[in-house]
Amino acid sequence: MSTTNNELVKLSASQMAEKIRNKEVSSRELTQAELDVIDAAEPQLHAFLHVSADEALAQADAFDEKLAAGETEGLPELAGVPIAIKDMIVTKGIPTTAASKILEGWVPPYDATVIEKIKAAGMPILGKTNLDEFAQGSSTEHSAFGNTYNPWDKQRVPGGSGGGSAAAVSSYEAPLALGTDTGGSIRQPASFTGSVGVKPTYGGVSRYGAIAMASSLDQIGPCARTVLDAALLHEVIGGNDRRDSTSIPEPMPHVVDAAREGLKRDLTGVRVGLIKEISGNGEGFQPGVAKRFDEAVKLLESMGATVTEVSLPHLSYSLGAYYIIMPSEVSSNLARYDGMRYGLRVMPPTGVPQTAANMMAYTREAGFGDEVKRRIVLGTYALSAGYYDAWYGSAQKVRTLVIEDFAKAFEQVDVLASPTAPTTAFKFGEKTDDPLAMYLGDVTTIPANLAGVPAISVPCGVDDETNMPVGFQFFAPQKRDDVMYKPAAALEAALEETWGGNILTKMATPWLAD
Amino acid sequence: MEHLADLSRIALTDEEITRMQGELNVIADAIDEVQKVATDDVQPTANPIPLEAYLRPDVPEKPLTQEEALAGGPVTDQGMFVAPQILGE
Repeated sequence: MSTTNNELVKLSASQMAEKIRNKEVSSRELTQAELDVIDAAEPQLHAFLHVSADEALAQADAFDEKLAAGETEGLPELAGVPIAIKDMIVTKGIPTTAASKILEGWVPPYDATVIEKIKAAGMPILGKTNLDEFAQGSSTEHSAFGNTYNPWDKQRVPGGSGGGSAAAVSSYEAPLALGTDTGGSIRQPASFTGSVGVKPTYGGVSRYGAIAMASSLDQIGPCARTVLDAALLHEVIGGNDRRDSTSIPEPMPHVVDAAREGLKRDLTGVRVGLIKEISGNGEGFQPGVAKRFDEAVKLLESMGATVTEVSLPHLSYSLGAYYIIMPSEVSSNLARYDGMRYGLRVMPPTGVPQTAANMMAYTREAGFGDEVKRRIVLGTYALSAGYYDAWYGSAQKVRTLVIEDFAKAFEQVDVLASPTAPTTAFKFGEKTDDPLAMYLGDVTTIPANLAGVPAISVPCGVDDETNMPVGFQFFAPQKRDDVMYKPAAALEAALEETWGGNILTKMATPWLAD
Repeated sequence: MEHLADLSRIALTDEEITRMQGELNVIADAIDEVQKVATDDVQPTANPIPLEAYLRPDVPEKPLTQEEALAGGPVTDQGMFVAPQILGE
């Protein structure tokens, strides 16, 4: 019996890859099936800012020819499987906007390193996904080009900033996607959409060609529907790149082996530390989130893991440090949008001197959205003359303390754990009027960015009250991304047994035709 | 606020200036918070993963062509970007 397109697009990326290798399906057939889902789902979800159908099919054909000629030896396991790319990563010849009017219509003249690797792996690029403008936000409501809707409930946000990538993956528009994570922009949307998201170790994946937001925090990482798929994509994009001066020179850890090991569901000897400060019972945590989290912890124990509570006393200062470091670096990085070399240019109105400085000010006023302007101004304030050491410097000291907290905790346990987000996906407009409420939701994800440690979000159930998915987060030591993949894969496998399949089978998919 | 808008090179409207004035508190609160623990004996960290600076091998590479580099420019002329008046402002 042949596989229908609906069955095909619901397979995991690793299952798709196997079918391609066995020549049961071609990369073109698979890519076309995904493009058909995109056609059907986009009017409802708006996960994409640009669909690159022609390019994707040409890339698929090129791969299929190679496979037919027996020239695919040495290619990654995911060869031939299509992927969506967050529109924060530059793609040669495919428009890249960062969801900002200031970059509307810009076509990059080069590829990011991760895009070169995706292309070399024979993975067709389906298109560019929506995000909060310049990755600044936690709901994708700050995109200049409209909202993305959560596939579980279209009244709710898909999270952010990478809401488009998470919605595309969870709605079966794409089996895989790339995201960027500065304060949780991969993990929180994964949690909100019932998908898997990974922020690798800082420096573990090249950022050459990632549009810079806050350079000491930014990291590219995988979005997927299973832990193994995330690991497989992590191995495609990871590794040293001399074009990124923060790139780690050592070989990357074996994340795929670790994920496969986890699928055996034996966690004997694995020490899990629950982070006391963000373990789910504190203020601001939704009861249904804490409930699913606690149940998942019991499952880890039932598989042999030892669970203890660990305190990271400086974690409560992370939010403060983040809200100094992040806007400071944003204000500096976004200075490049000056209307001179690329992007929008708006000349001052009549009566205002037609100077370069005025052109920049009017260009940036017209081109940036409210949230981006807010962060640039706040960052400029934090860095203004005379205060740099007292403010930015103090925040960098807190970073030292948070790194030390993590290092001490990892002397006692192998992995740390917390809910990925204090709540499930909220409704549109619920938090846009109160930026501070939106910022508080990042308290669980920010510490990993400050400390440079890797973290993964894996679905751990559905909140009984909101009927929305809940995410479980593991943290691992710097450069040891493999360590978190094992318990994440084990937890996923154990939970899928209780659910009778992937969590997304609980989600209605009216956009998939019968 | 107007000074900050000028430093930021954003022609903010009066309404935006009024709104953002209040939001500077976000930074002020954050600073109060971090200064509780950011004592003199703590060293600041810029890069969470300490790395030695290194040089790439000295091998020539093919950069963007002039045409490619100029392709995204809002205004270009005779192979150059055109800027509004800069000197004598």
